Amino acid sequence: MLKLEAIKTYYGNIQALKGVSLEVQTGEIITLIGANGAGKTTTLMSISGIVPPRTGEIYFMGKPISRVNPDKIVAMGISQVPEGRRIFPYLSVLENLDMGAFLRKDKQDIQADLDYVFSLFPILAERRNQAGGTLSGGEQQMLAISRALMARPRLLLLDEPSLGLAPLIVKRIFEIIEKINAESRTTIFLVEQNANLALKVAHRGYVMENGMITLADTASALLANDAVKKAYLGI
Amino acid sequence: MNVDYFFEMFLGGLTRGSIYAMIALGYTMVYGIIELINFAHGEIYMIGAFTGLIVVGILTLAGWNTVAILVIASIAAVVWAASYGWTMEKIAYKPLRKAPRLSALISAIGMSLFLQNYVLLAQTSDFLPFPNLIPDFKFLKPIEHILRPSELVIYLTTAIVMVLLTFLIKFTRMGKAMRATSQDREMAMLVGVNVDRVISMTFVLGSATAALGGILIASHIGQINFYIGFLAGIKAFVAAVLGGIGSMPGAVLGSLVLGWTESFFTGYISSDYEDVFAFLFLVLILIFRPSGLLGRKEMDKV
Repeated sequence: MLKLEAIKTYYGNIQALKGVSLEVQTGEIITLIGANGAGKTTTLMSISGIVPPRTGEIYFMGKPISRVNPDKIVAMGISQVPEGRRIFPYLSVLENLDMGAFLRKDKQDIQADLDYVFSLFPILAERRNQAGGTLSGGEQQMLAISRALMARPRLLLLDEPSLGLAPLIVKRIFEIIEKINAESRTTIFLVEQNANLALKVAHRGYVMENGMITLADTASALLANDAVKKAYLGI
Repeated sequence: MNVDYFFEMFLGGLTRGSIYAMIALGYTMVYGIIELINFAHGEIYMIGAFTGLIVVGILTLAGWNTVAILVIASIAAVVWAASYGWTMEKIAYKPLRKAPRLSALISAIGMSLFLQNYVLLAQTSDFLPFPNLIPDFKFLKPIEHILRPSELVIYLTTAIVMVLLTFLIKFTRMGKAMRATSQDREMAMLVGVNVDRVISMTFVLGSATAALGGILIASHIGQINFYIGFLAGIKAFVAAVLGGIGSMPGAVLGSLVLGWTESFFTGYISSDYEDVFAFLFLVLILIFRPSGLLGRKEMDKV
């Protein structure tokens, strides 16, 4: 479904990705783990077209997308829940969700999807008229995921959904991630620092260090891998 | 105290305020979206007035009636100035979108000087008379010494423009995209907003409003030259800051407050110090409310 071929991405003169190749199959949850500054967020921003790669190519459903504008990439079916949630602070919860469906015209289906995300996160329905900026961190994360789902993505990119949240909320959010994958067959690309958690829900995983993929395997194999254990699982 | 005199000052201030508001809205919208003080915005207002004058000249020769001339000239001014605003953004600001903010600011000042001198060379440095296009209303006869028909038209137009803009921002798809872009541009891209188009649209809207202001005010005051945009632009900028730059209700409130301040101080104290009072007031407000009357404090970005 998604294929990155030796992409190199720069911020000005600083090279963040030094030839990243990876592949995501339809229907799976894959995770990209690694330390701070390894290039995980940059990888997602390259896929979404916000920071396009300088060389290399990204294919989505067989089409090259590395020179496609971000809005067109969303239209093709890739939605992102960026790091730090990035809720529109002065828009209400409902307006935030509405923005998620910005490119869609099918009013009835949008309403159905709205009901669906409210069933996933009932608290959002309660707070629908509240400004996004006034929600708690966990609620904002729920809203960010719901907003991305409102686009009906084929591929959902999640950047550090556990960041800064209480363990109970993290657990709830990861359950929902698995549920979304199982119920609506949405392919999920999960970026996490919390490797333990990520590898437990994912089917396959990639390990990233200094802008390069250093390991790729099934999630269970990575969980058992000594190097991974030592570096990322703290065992 | 003379009540008629007070009302004259009050309405005069309202006129000035409306004028400033038509220009300040453009400043504040552009700032809200890309955090740029578009110093060339006043020039768009001036170009609107010049376009209006040219069209008025042609249509007057063709013998049209004044109301038709006013409408056609306004539409021409709005369209022409909007295309200037659109082009200006593409030439002077878009290439600098990732550059430090100071570069874009300098580019804006350059654009302002360029447009002023372009009109100076292409037209003239003299003041040109602008015909009064607004018809006399019979029902205004009894109070004509304090309220001129052109003033009434300015109030009404400003009010209508304000309502339309508010509606557009609040309820239309483009308005939602504008609000989202102003709050988090990158996130707006990530939900599929074409941010380039939103920014262009903001310039077009701001320019159209300014041009409409330009033609009405030119008709009210009766003369224009290439320099009117600079002065009006600076005042409108002050009004936008006063109200809280980035806030549309703030721009309107700031404009009215500035208009009344100038009007009452000049009316009751001295007309020599009009600008002094205006800026003194700005300083005072900013000391006590640094983000302006309706401006919101920067929300911490986590």
